[in-house]
Amino acid sequence: MPNIPASTTAAPTPWQSLINHLGRDPMALLGIILVVIMVGSAILAPWIAPHDPNKINVRYRLKPPSADHWLGTDQLGRDVLSRVIMGSRIALQVALISIAVAGSCGLLLGMLAGYGPRWLDSVLIVLFDTVRSFPTIMFALAVVTLMGPSLNTVILVVIVTSIPVYGRIVRSQTQALRNHEFILAERAMGAGAMRVLGLHMLSNVIGPLLIIASMDIPVVVTIEAGLSFLGLGVRPPTASWGAILNDGYAFIRNTPWLVIAGGVPLILTTLGFTFLGEALRDVFDPKLRREA
Amino acid sequence: MHTEYPPPVKPNSLALSIQDLSINFQTVRGTLKALRQVSIDIPRKRIVGLVGESGCGKSTVINAILRLLAENARIQSGVIEFQGQDILQMTPDALRDMRGNRISVVFQDPMTALNPVLSIGRQMIDIQYREKTSRAQKTARAAAMLTRVGIPDARKRLEQYPHQFSGGMRQRIAIAMALMAKPDLLIADEPTTALDATLEIQIIDRLRKLHQDIGCSILFVSHHLGLVAEFCDEVVVMYAGETVESGNVRDIFYRAAHPYTRALLQCDPARIKEKSPVLPTIPGEIPDMVNLPDACIFAARCPIKQHGCPLTPPPAHDIQPGHQARCHLSARKDD
Repeated sequence: MPNIPASTTAAPTPWQSLINHLGRDPMALLGIILVVIMVGSAILAPWIAPHDPNKINVRYRLKPPSADHWLGTDQLGRDVLSRVIMGSRIALQVALISIAVAGSCGLLLGMLAGYGPRWLDSVLIVLFDTVRSFPTIMFALAVVTLMGPSLNTVILVVIVTSIPVYGRIVRSQTQALRNHEFILAERAMGAGAMRVLGLHMLSNVIGPLLIIASMDIPVVVTIEAGLSFLGLGVRPPTASWGAILNDGYAFIRNTPWLVIAGGVPLILTTLGFTFLGEALRDVFDPKLRREA
Repeated sequence: MHTEYPPPVKPNSLALSIQDLSINFQTVRGTLKALRQVSIDIPRKRIVGLVGESGCGKSTVINAILRLLAENARIQSGVIEFQGQDILQMTPDALRDMRGNRISVVFQDPMTALNPVLSIGRQMIDIQYREKTSRAQKTARAAAMLTRVGIPDARKRLEQYPHQFSGGMRQRIAIAMALMAKPDLLIADEPTTALDATLEIQIIDRLRKLHQDIGCSILFVSHHLGLVAEFCDEVVVMYAGETVESGNVRDIFYRAAHPYTRALLQCDPARIKEKSPVLPTIPGEIPDMVNLPDACIFAARCPIKQHGCPLTPPPAHDIQPGHQARCHLSARKDD
């Protein structure tokens, strides 16, 4: 491949336009910073946590923030900052695993529904709508009753309830694309269903799906926190933001830092990923890009 | 007379032969008879123009040749013979082998005919998936093809995306992709309708040159009569799902036998000599193809119809060898 000087007709690569965009959009920059902090603390949790998050020290229970315990201690004397840091790990783990699995399944099923025969579309849509008709929390309660509360249960609940959402989005994108002239041209040029779906549909559908998935991360983090708050998520003593909130809830009058420590990371994560998702959409949205 | 034109071709030198093709669409209003006994012959290495107003079934003919008809289409009768095989009887594998390899298409709108999110090179390399050559060879071939359709700096251009090309360039890229496999038949579905007049000439010149180099047949679908007269060897005129007249370019443009062909020619702005406040049109509308008249389909709009016209569909008859029309009056004149 020949080298192309950047100054010629070649358009900026997506990375260049992303970086350009960040310079102009402080919200996007804030989003990136928050996401980097969140992801960084999740990856580096065992090394940056100042104390063992599960070490009980009853003599230091419910202490206010101090130099040693920046966010104070909870009712068992555990260091809240360490628990918040370890909690980011749980939150991100649930979000990434479940969104990756649900996104891939939704992508596959959605493309099949959108491009395949009509009966398959009908079957898949009935399945999607059936699953979506359950409220998430009711569904989670049912699954927890059957399987017992655990991290895997939370992931399973999120996957099952998210597949229809992604499936629906991919299906409508695929249906809109299937009558595009370039798909018709590909078929007229002898491309089979695999080639049409695997190359031409996928390349057009994956961008919007990734943007929606990135905006879904805070939603899943909130679901995990919610389930853990209700005691349906991770088992104690594992640190989760929802569990921290639940612990603090009982002592909210005297020790508000517990609730604050559990709630603020949730808010910041939601804001961070939402800003990032919006920035991604602005940069990668083909409609906006083509006009440029 | 027309000595410079080759004599009418013998049937065994046909690239594609459509005989008696009838296609219905099942709609909520009932059965829409989109094509009725359509017969079109495309001789080898010739350019056949297919003209007619919107909705006359030109696209249905193309989709039938490619077997890419909508789900509600029913092929009632007919044969589409291509290289000794009936396309209508082919297995899906045989069809895929035929499409893009022996029959290729250029579509009307170059703005939507290329995948917007893949680079031109990626698409042009991918389309050679049948070849067992290395990636470097495929890239070289794609670049050579781009150069051939008149896109300079092809190597560099391969890395660009469709939105970085102008409409005319995109149409040339589409032509390059269609001709990549050296097909025996190229279907050009109004390839210049979405382009302006100067580009139109460029594209046609490019097509003519490639046609000579590659030696394929071309089915050229167009509204633009001047272009058809200029570019095509033979012309088929369709009206409301029937072929009303066919013949070589001179027969159609100078000795049109069917009143619809004549009316169509009169409406061509290029042929209007005197200043006039209104453009000529053909009064009336296309008949409803769900409830077709049992007589001549053009009767309601025909300027020369007479009481003597029988109330039956006119059969196709030879005006002279290679020139056919479906009109009671022109048939009677011959007798």
